[in-house]
Amino acid sequence: MGVDRNGGANAIEVRDLRRRFGAQEVLRGVDIDFPRGQITTIVGPSGCGKTVFLKHLNLLLRPDSGRIVIEGIDVTALGGRALDAVREKFGMLFQSGALFDSMPVFDNVAFPLVEKTSLSRDEIAARVREMLAAVGLEGMEKKYPSELSGGMQKRAALARALIHRPGILMLDEPTTGLDPTRIGSIHALVRRTQQRFGLTAVLVSHDVPDVFEISDRIAFMHEGRMRLHGTVAEVTAAHDETFERFLAGKASGEDEVPAVTG
Amino acid sequence: MNFVVASIARLGALIIDGVVILGNFFIFLFTALFYIVVPPFKPRLAIRQIRIIGAESTFLILLIGTFTGMVLGLQGYNTLRRFESEGALGTVVALTLVRELGPVLTALMIAARAGSAMAAELGSMQATEQIDALTVMAINPIQYLVSPRVIAGLISFPLLTAIFDVIGILGGYVIGVDLMGAPGSSYLNGIAQNMDAHDIATGIYKALVFGLVVMWVCCYKGYHAERMATGVSRATTEAVVMSSVLVLVWDYFMTSILL
Ligand SMILES: Nc1ncnc2c1ncn2[C@@H]1O[C@H](COP(=O)(O)OP(=O)(O)OP(=O)(O)O)[C@@H](O)[C@H]1O
Ligand SMILES: [Mg+2]
Repeated sequence: MGVDRNGGANAIEVRDLRRRFGAQEVLRGVDIDFPRGQITTIVGPSGCGKTVFLKHLNLLLRPDSGRIVIEGIDVTALGGRALDAVREKFGMLFQSGALFDSMPVFDNVAFPLVEKTSLSRDEIAARVREMLAAVGLEGMEKKYPSELSGGMQKRAALARALIHRPGILMLDEPTTGLDPTRIGSIHALVRRTQQRFGLTAVLVSHDVPDVFEISDRIAFMHEGRMRLHGTVAEVTAAHDETFERFLAGKASGEDEVPAVTG
Repeated sequence: MNFVVASIARLGALIIDGVVILGNFFIFLFTALFYIVVPPFKPRLAIRQIRIIGAESTFLILLIGTFTGMVLGLQGYNTLRRFESEGALGTVVALTLVRELGPVLTALMIAARAGSAMAAELGSMQATEQIDALTVMAINPIQYLVSPRVIAGLISFPLLTAIFDVIGILGGYVIGVDLMGAPGSSYLNGIAQNMDAHDIATGIYKALVFGLVVMWVCCYKGYHAERMATGVSRATTEAVVMSSVLVLVWDYFMTSILL
């Protein structure tokens, strides 16, 4: 499994990624590829390191060892302008939403365009309105994040993550805390957007098995490694005992309640 | 023997931690200053902060300045009368304000009012991943959040200090001259004759340094708040206490150098 320097079919390649916090070894050698233009969903028990892994992919955290290659560029030791250039390809939805609470919804969603592009006011306004309509938040432009429900915050954050049309979308639990109808519509929205722009999406979700319907691939994270990964069919056909216990626990609600913020 | 080794090791670890924290503290300032002179420039961010730190503090400064001047007029008059030199009242009030009380009290009031709010705001942005969100958008959070506040501090502190001084001198006049009966013409003439450019420059230097110190400490504390509610409240308290202490300590050293 060599790393393809040209990127090849993979948007992101991760090799033997390790990271510890103090005495706690959170990532214990993660190996996984994210094929371009597909949705890969990472599932796993709460606290297994999904958020930490995602924050390594978007370079908020640095690994102790291992390698991350994004679009053919080894980003593990990147800094300065080159790092910014890679980051501009990302759209990220944080588990907590991370909307700027000093700004209304409109400004939040417009923010990446205002700060990083030279689009005119009218163009920005048009794109923001279109995006807000897509996530079902029309008419909410002037509300502040604190005036929105948790689900609306998630949708506004999703709109902000998508507004600059990133090539790689990372979503940390976009549906946690939403009602079943909303979960379905967010899933559909993610799928539709991903297909429309040919995005590579990395999705962390607790909505198993519903989320499998919109996923091309699944990665099951367990004890700091990707215990299983592959297409949905491959992973479900693997009959891995731990994975099946995880799924069963989820379905019967035995698993601990996932934290809304992390 | 083991005990001795362990103690030395612990002391060493403490010293290393201290040096690392101090290093981070200074790197934070230099980064913020560096990004003031590096594009992209966002003047509207600094202007917004000048409004929050500066304009919205004006009333408070007017209030504190008036009462400080009034008390100086009262105390100064009663003291100077014992030496039968009430004519020096204006000079005493003005020099005390311009060289010392103006910059110091202004800095302490802004630290308490705007500095604490700033530490709380940055702290909650840190706690709710808003600072991470900026980083992922390839926006440098120090350039976006801290540099404009430092600029605003450097502009607002001298201006507010000047307002404090002027209103304080008027307050001293009202009490000393109008109420207690010190000679009015010598109050104003004394100021004109005895206050020189050096006195005013001293006050401005102090205001600039205090502006930098207060913004630096309050932003640093907020930016490095622990990611929980108590982390934010602790950051706020520490920001106000530490910036106030640093202002008073620095004031002494600056006074002894500039005198
Ligand atoms: N900055 C940090 N410092 C120390 N430990 C951390 C830090 N971030 C995460 N951890 C630890 O790493 C482990 C994995 O956390 P992570 O947030 O990745 O879990 P998760 O899989 O996203 O869980 P959830 O599904 O509940 O969101 C946890 O035990 C957590 O305590
Ligand atoms: Mg998580």
